[in-house]
Amino acid sequence: MRTYPTSECNAESTTNGEPVSMKKYDAIVIGAGHNGLTNAAYLAKAGLDVLMVEKNTYVGGATASRELHKNWIYSNASYVSSLLRPEVFRSLELAKYGLQIVPYAGGNVTMSEDGDYIGSYVDPDVSRRDMARISPRDANAKVRFDRDLMRQCRFIRQFLLRTAPDPTSFKPRDLMGMLQMGKALMDLGEDVIYDMMRLYTMSISEYLDEYFEHPLIKAAKAGSGIIGSAMGVMSPGTAYVLLHHAMGDVDGTMGAWGFARGGTGAIAVAMKDCFEDHGGTLETGSGVEQILVNNGKVTGVALENGNEYQADIVVSNMTLPRTFLECMDKKDLDPEFLRRVRNFKIRGSSGKVNMALDGLPKFTALEGNPELISGDLHVVDSIERLELAYDDWKNGTWSKDPYLDILIPTLTDPTMAPPGKHFMSVFVQYVPPKVNGKDWTDAQRDQFGQTVMNQIEKYAPGFKDLVLHAEIRTPRELENEIGLTEGNIFQGELTMDQLLFNRPIPGYAQYRGPAKGLYMCGSSNHPGGGIMAAPGANAAREILRDIRKPNTVPEGWLDD
Amino acid sequence: MTNTENHTVIIGAGHNGLICAAYLAKAGKKVTVLEAGEQVGGAAITREFAPDFKVSAAAHLVFLLDKHVRKELSLDSSGLSFSQRNMKTTALAADGHHLTIAGSSLQGLNISDKDRVAMKEYLRFMGKFAGVVNRLNNRIPPRVGTHNRSDWIGLAKTALNVRLLGKKDMREFLRIAGINIYDVLQENFENPLLKGALSMDGVLGTNLGPRSNNSVFCALQRLSGLQGMATPKGGMGAVSATLADVASRHGATIRTSAEVSQILLDGDHVSGIELADGEQIAASTVISSADPKTTFFELLGARNLEAGFARRVQNIRMRGNVAKLHLALDGIPEFKGLDQERLADRILIAPDIEYVERAFNQSKYGDYSIKPVAEITIPSLKDDSLAPTGQHVLSAIVQYAPYQLKAGWDSEKDVFTEKLIDLISEYAPDIRSQILHKELLTPVDIEREFRITGGHWHHGELAIDQSLMLRPVPRAAQYASPVDGLYLCGAGSHPGGGVMGSAGRNAARAVLGAKDSEDGNA
Repeated sequence: MRTYPTSECNAESTTNGEPVSMKKYDAIVIGAGHNGLTNAAYLAKAGLDVLMVEKNTYVGGATASRELHKNWIYSNASYVSSLLRPEVFRSLELAKYGLQIVPYAGGNVTMSEDGDYIGSYVDPDVSRRDMARISPRDANAKVRFDRDLMRQCRFIRQFLLRTAPDPTSFKPRDLMGMLQMGKALMDLGEDVIYDMMRLYTMSISEYLDEYFEHPLIKAAKAGSGIIGSAMGVMSPGTAYVLLHHAMGDVDGTMGAWGFARGGTGAIAVAMKDCFEDHGGTLETGSGVEQILVNNGKVTGVALENGNEYQADIVVSNMTLPRTFLECMDKKDLDPEFLRRVRNFKIRGSSGKVNMALDGLPKFTALEGNPELISGDLHVVDSIERLELAYDDWKNGTWSKDPYLDILIPTLTDPTMAPPGKHFMSVFVQYVPPKVNGKDWTDAQRDQFGQTVMNQIEKYAPGFKDLVLHAEIRTPRELENEIGLTEGNIFQGELTMDQLLFNRPIPGYAQYRGPAKGLYMCGSSNHPGGGIMAAPGANAAREILRDIRKPNTVPEGWLDD
Repeated sequence: MTNTENHTVIIGAGHNGLICAAYLAKAGKKVTVLEAGEQVGGAAITREFAPDFKVSAAAHLVFLLDKHVRKELSLDSSGLSFSQRNMKTTALAADGHHLTIAGSSLQGLNISDKDRVAMKEYLRFMGKFAGVVNRLNNRIPPRVGTHNRSDWIGLAKTALNVRLLGKKDMREFLRIAGINIYDVLQENFENPLLKGALSMDGVLGTNLGPRSNNSVFCALQRLSGLQGMATPKGGMGAVSATLADVASRHGATIRTSAEVSQILLDGDHVSGIELADGEQIAASTVISSADPKTTFFELLGARNLEAGFARRVQNIRMRGNVAKLHLALDGIPEFKGLDQERLADRILIAPDIEYVERAFNQSKYGDYSIKPVAEITIPSLKDDSLAPTGQHVLSAIVQYAPYQLKAGWDSEKDVFTEKLIDLISEYAPDIRSQILHKELLTPVDIEREFRITGGHWHHGELAIDQSLMLRPVPRAAQYASPVDGLYLCGAGSHPGGGVMGSAGRNAARAVLGAKDSEDGNA
């Protein structure tokens, strides 16, 4: 068996022995993930003197792309883009800084063990015809399904770039926010409201049962309900996760997905260039040792390399537990608040395998339909198989028959690999943060990688011979490298107790931390994970509001 | 067919049908209740399952009975009495060190002070939240998205009730109401046996495991009676008999062995019903306590419904996942480490929360639990009308046992029965030798005996997406159906199953013209 290097973890020091700095900034943003970068860019754009600190030597966090195998660029964690708010894209002028999002031609395809497949194409009529091939009844239901889901998407999109109102507050702003929500709800009409109440509380499998009958079609649709979530397709609450994967767009085409040219890291790099262009300062290579608090007010940050910086505003893009349990002094925090932070649900459930391929794999099921290979590839054929994968996770092991979201971005964006070669990104569900309660070992990580490759090999014979290099990431790697607590890709589960005004913690859902001047801008906050940049933007708007600066952050809904 | 203006027919003499009849008769309506079975009660009956051994055939504990019903229909002065009240819960441990829960007090080995404190706090907030649910249960659910004044008042009242919890509790309510009991118990407790026992509140009678969201909601529903658990003297049939007496006394006619086969229409309006023997009874109002699928598809016919509505009814989830075990015992069974007094408690086999979750796992794939969970009562210990002297009946709700068993219940019923006896034997090693008779009601048997589609004794899964203004389906959630003159009053309607009676009472109020969502305090 081949062994695979994980990644180059030895961060170069960028301090070069400089003396401890005590410069005072207007604001310090911790963590150069896409939300931190968005936040910092808006603050800099508003005229603040902003310092951004990042523990890795590269920016991007979970949105980074790196060259781990010569001439191959991997999108190491996240891999596709759709949720990135167009308002952020435009107001930060990311196109000017070189960002291009290219929609991928194939939609997605789900292959069954017996060699059949169901494809979804950009053209809805083609999709419907393909569905009619295996179930005419489901093909008709699809029209209803798409319509119903689209209604829900259009509703929720209004609230992504808005701070969630606090229903327990009597402040005019919160009351207005609740009213606005109520009005938007009323505009949907009675039946759509009922559909919404059901969509938000049902399981994806039961939701799909109401429309479809063919197991392969249900399996194809169900995957979106569990990505990144520590729930099974039969767990109530997963239907909402489906929405989370359908509400994005590429250039205004709702529900479409695309690649950032050059890897998802290109998004972070464009944001970083924007930030620096507005006068921001970036220091990479040293993590934060502690967020400094004096008399209930933040005063700055102390870095692991010994540098200390002062600021009256500190914004954390780190996960909720990392911010408060690892980077703050417990005595600065209320015990009840700490209890809530400890109870925050941030269970890792996914892994990632990135591979450099010597050529294009041949999927048996796609022989007659080669164009489908450029979209998401799934290998599963029933709801039960998906649910069994979750049972493995509950039992403390990675799924023996995992759900995979396979993509070959180099078919759409050839800049990521040498000519004729390919990069394959495989997202894997489910992978536990610990194996049977114990920390992952390197041997287990490699076994997990083999499980994934064997799974692909079953559907694409000869695939394993094409693998030149593989980067295998379990929740352990996601936590150690990116700082995602327990390896949860959304910085906290997307369940009812952690959405909207409940995210991350009731009473702290408006991006303000428990100390004056302390803010949170990561995906642990509303509206959650994915390369959306909404938490970062929303937090920036709140900060500018608190310090009475003109708002540079778009709000609400510019489209439609 | 005689023309009787203002005649109301109620289909089914389950407890909800009887309560609805009593209210309407009390209000001066001419009411006839038609029951297909030989005795009244529906799933709230006592019947002989072996010579001289009687048992509550489906539900065996009273803990939800609507206090309005009890008071307004004077049930206590009409003969309703209980052999046990405020029952304690004992959770069995394999090593014999059982845990007994009596209110907020915990008795057993290795219970930490932290858990004792947490238990008080848990009951405090869950009780408070259950109070919100209780208030909702006693109302006709408001519609959402209309411009009706009454709907807005209803919604505003609910919002106010949530607000009145106070900021801290309101936040907690909004946080946990939609999630799962596993997470809530893990946040609060450490003792495995305690967590296992409390998780049962969230999953009993449902298609949920402790980790499934909705289980907190189900626990709140279970606690919403705001009363202790009790066993009626004479079994659950005594409740139904009392209700039938009250309804008759108010002037309602009750006919048993009268199976309704069809709801008759005159244009868009109901005109009566037809019995299986061909007899037709005219009525201007027909109220069905049958489950919604039976009512709309079997009795009314899908052709009389709009397609979107019919599809919603078709999609109601009502696959039973619960079986009922009855044992006739030649003597008092001996449970390891359990004294006589504790034997009369509500006894749970749910040793830890992971065990309960694992029990649920198999049912997802159409198999019964390899290691089931159970809620056991031995009602004859305190009620000598149920078994001959010195002998006893054991009644157990066991899960999980899916309606659509992959292997088929015909061949598996006996195997599962033995498995259940083995399970109980782990805690009561000699019980097998005491068994005189045994009976297992699988969901298929429950469907057949109690005429409930899918054998789901809540007449539809209790889940947020099938509750309140969504129960059984929108457009029929205020008890009036889309067909003029046809109403629903069974457990399939808000607020659902359990011997509660709120559905019957709310339906009667809807029929009598109540449109708003008043509390209706008598």
